[in-house]
Formats: sequence, C-alpha cells, structure tokens
Amino acid sequence: MFALQAFTGLSVFSILMLMALGLAIVFGLMGVINMAHGELMAMGAYATYGTSVLFEAYFPSLMSIYFIVGVVLAFFATSVFGYFLERSLIQFLYKRPLDTMLATWGVGLILQQLYRQFINPRPVEVPTASWLQGVWQVSEDVSFPMSRIFIVGLAFLTATLVYLFLYRTRRGLLIRAVTQNRGMSGAIGINQKRVDAYTFALGCGLAGIAGSSFTMLASTAPDTGQAYIVDTFIVVVFGGVESLLGTIMSAFFIGQMQTWFEFYLSGSMARAGILLLVIAVLYFRPNGLFATKVRR
Amino acid sequence: MTAALKIDNLNVFYGDSHVVRDINFELQDRESIAIMGRNGMGKTTLLKALIGLLPVRSGSVTLGGQVITSAESHERVIAGMGYVPQGREIFPYLTVRENILAAMQISKTRTIPPFVYDVFPVLEEMQTRRGGNLSGGQQQQLAIARALVSNPKVLVLDEPTEGIQPSIIREIAKALNHLKAELNFALVVSEQVLGFTMEIADRFLIMEKGEFVYEDNREDVDTDKIHAYLTI
Ligand SMILES: Nc1ncnc2c1ncn2[C@@H]1O[C@H](COP(=O)(O)OP(=O)(O)OP(=O)(O)O)[C@@H](O)[C@H]1O
Ligand SMILES: [Mg+2]
Repeated sequence: MFALQAFTGLSVFSILMLMALGLAIVFGLMGVINMAHGELMAMGAYATYGTSVLFEAYFPSLMSIYFIVGVVLAFFATSVFGYFLERSLIQFLYKRPLDTMLATWGVGLILQQLYRQFINPRPVEVPTASWLQGVWQVSEDVSFPMSRIFIVGLAFLTATLVYLFLYRTRRGLLIRAVTQNRGMSGAIGINQKRVDAYTFALGCGLAGIAGSSFTMLASTAPDTGQAYIVDTFIVVVFGGVESLLGTIMSAFFIGQMQTWFEFYLSGSMARAGILLLVIAVLYFRPNGLFATKVRR
Repeated sequence: MTAALKIDNLNVFYGDSHVVRDINFELQDRESIAIMGRNGMGKTTLLKALIGLLPVRSGSVTLGGQVITSAESHERVIAGMGYVPQGREIFPYLTVRENILAAMQISKTRTIPPFVYDVFPVLEEMQTRRGGNLSGGQQQQLAIARALVSNPKVLVLDEPTEGIQPSIIREIAKALNHLKAELNFALVVSEQVLGFTMEIADRFLIMEKGEFVYEDNREDVDTDKIHAYLTI
C-alpha cells in the first residue's frame, strides 16, 4: 500500500515536474507569468491525441510506438507556438507583468475556445499501447502500472536533457547569461531577443511534453490545463524561482504531499493543506525552499 | 583617417533630467582618454549611452566610420566596442570560464584566447568558480577579459578602480597597458583616481554636470587643477 501510494505520487510528480520545469524557465528565468501555460499543456495533449488518430487511420501497424512520435510532435507543436507567441506578443510586455498576465490569460481563453470549437468540446482519450497496458507485479499485492513507470521515465529523461542543454551547450550558456543579467548580456555581444524567443519556446515545449504524458493518466478536455496551472505555479515558487533543481525537488515534494493528503483527506482539503504548508515555508524562506546564495 | 570613435553633440536624459549635455569628442586608434569627474556628474550615463544601454535624445555615435547611435548593444559589440561596467556586473551563477565563453559569441572559436590567462593568471586558477564568489579585484579582471575576448577596437571602462585596493589598481593599470599594446584597442575610461589614469591615459577630459569643462594631454597636464575638479 505504502509503495503504491508513493508511486502514484511519483507519477503526479512527473507531470507536475514537466509543467513546472517549463514554467520555471518561462517564469523563473524570464520573469514572464504565462497564464496560458496550462493551455499549452492541453495543446501537447491534443497533439498526442491527434497523432494517435492519424496512426490509427494510416499506420495501424505502428500503433505501439505512436506515443513516442506523439511526445516529439507535442514538443514541436507547443514550442513553435511558443516561439511565435513570444515574437508577436510577449516580447512587447517584458517589463509589464500585469499586462503579461492579462494577455496570456486571454491567449489561454482563446486556445480553450479553439479546442472546443475545432477539436472536441468533450474529453478525448488516447489508446494505450499494449506494452504500456500491463502491470509490473512486484509482489502479491504490490503492482505498478507500466504506463506510470513510463511517465516517470519520460520525465526523468526530459529533465536530464534539459539539464544537458542548459549546462552543456552554447545555447544553454546564453540562456543562463541572459536570465542572470539581460543588459550585460547585450553589452558582451549576445542577441538577447533571439535568446528570449528560444528560451520561451523551450519552456512551452516542456508544457507540451507534460501534456503528452498527461494523456496516459486521464482524458483531455479543453480546460484540462486549468487544473494544473495553479499547482504548477505553487511548485515553481516553492522551489525558488531561480533554481531548476529546486523546481524538480519541489515538484517531487508537492506531488507526494498531494497524493498523501488526498489519501487521508478529501481533495479540496488536501489542496488547502498543501497551500498552508507552502505559505508556512515561504514565510521562513521567502526565496523558496531550495534557493541558492551567491554574491551579486 | 577616420577616428576610432566619434561623439557628436550627444544629449542623454533620464525622463526630464538632462544628464549628458552636448558632449563632443573624438578618439583616435590606440588612443586612450580618461573622463574624470566627481560622483553623479554623468560619466556612467555617457558610457552607457555609448554601449547602447541608454537611449540618446540627440546627437550621434560613430564607431570606426559606422554610425551606431541607435544600434542595439550586441550590434555595437559586433561593430567593435567592448564594455566593462561600473560594478563589473559579472554573471554571478556562471563560472569564470563560462563568463568568458558567453562573451565569445561573435568569435568563431570556443577556445579562450591565450592572452586572458597570460595576463590574468588568477582567472585560470579560478576557472570553475562561480563569478559571484570572486573578490572585487578578481571580478574586475574577469570583466576586462570578458570585454576583450570579442576583440574590440574601442574598450569602454567605467570606474575600474572603484572599491579595489591600491596594489591591485596598479596591477590592473599594468595589465591594461600590456593588453593595449598587444591587442591594439583604443580606450575610454571613466575615473576619479588620478594616479590610475596618469598611468594609462593620453588625454584627460573633466566632466562636470554633464558637460566637459576642461581638457588636457598627459604631457602638459596640470594635476593640481584636475585634483581641484575632483575634490570640490
Ligand atoms: N536611472 C536613473 N534615473 C534617474 N536619474 C539617474 C539614474 N541614474 C543616474 N541618474 C542621475 O544622473 C546623474 C549622473 O549619474 P551617473 O551615474 O552618470 O554619474 P557618475 O558620474 O557615473 O557618478 P559616479 O562617479 O558616482 O559613478 C546623477 O545625478 C544621478 O542621480
Ligand atoms: Mg558612474
């Protein structure tokens, strides 16, 4: 029972972590409060759904691997969308957080309406590949669903790739430089606007991957993103907005709390409990639980 | 011959306050000028306008014949300007090495040029330390190295001696003279410490309330007069 509960927490954590990593990049690093982040997650979920429909119609023999393609497509769809969103809207609002919130909230509403109108007003589900349907029987009464194991694996793989991108590539270095000091980045020859655009696109792409994973846990509706956006912000703030490692640990913590509280209390009591806990922690550590200290 | 840097009738405002007033000057290749003045006279404002961190109200900035008055900062770096800000502004969470690599966007290679560690051996020792954890003097050396790896024709230095102990100030002056001879850049430095500028500048401009009020060459400089301007 204990192990199973902890593992359920782990798969909630995976989605939260992917969402939060994207948001940590967009909000924590760039300072953009992107209220449409949840709808981007839904976009990733719909991209995965779309892939499954296409595969069913045209390559039924490849149905077992459609999900892999779906994840990649979800990432591309959301990051390309994010790129154009940044170029056409966000870039003009960088020093105006309230305007950014309103504008992205509007974008979120428009996206929801588009999903309703052009995809399906009611929840859609994706088929689960046969190899993901099974369970891993650990002992007589402990078994883990394969799909959840897969989600956790995907989350760790993505986090590792993001880490390698940010800390081992030239582009990643530029992202870190610009987020630490925009003005100075320009003054040493970095084209900040270009860096902004692909940083934002990366954050959005991560929301897309989160959405893709989400399809394995539940069905996707136009307003699916709404349920996750608040938790995602909590995770990012709790972890300390400048620390991606903090974001991951914070997602783990909150994902676990969520399932444990829900196990013992009702759903809304559980969320209230988490909020109280987070507020208490932020009272003592205003920069987040895992913020690091460096002389500026 | 075109000047390395030419400033014509430059005016910079913060909102309504007119901080840089009708500034004109020319800098020849490999020349080195010091802009001196007390706190709040507008030195930083002028230099920020040169690198494009502040917009100008009127006037023009020409770098090696190319008008860059409204270019973005990174375009000015590509055009040949290097900038070391007051307070150094090292990227605190990047390592020393990463601070330098980040500034090498426009160079084709990823190898840090040898002059960096030759002239500032301490930076090699500290390669993997976070920039935010260096001392002020070490940060200053890093900031100079970071500005020079893009191979500028004009280096702009804002109060490099601020908060740095005298022995390190002398070292920095020596390093700058050495680098200048090796890399052939021209230099604009804002300062309040005359001892430092006497070692590196060919020409002195005194700034008072946003205007140049006095100019002199090193050969016939009247140090008492400059001291008087700096201490009133
Ligand atoms: N962001 C700002 N907004 C409004 N006024 C400013 C701003 N920055 C500087 N000033 C004003 O502009 C004037 C010139 O400031 P500046 O920083 O250029 O002086 P400085 O000569 O570099 O002084 P210091 O030697 O102290 O560095 C000062 O009166 C200052 O108060
Ligand atoms: Mg200054």
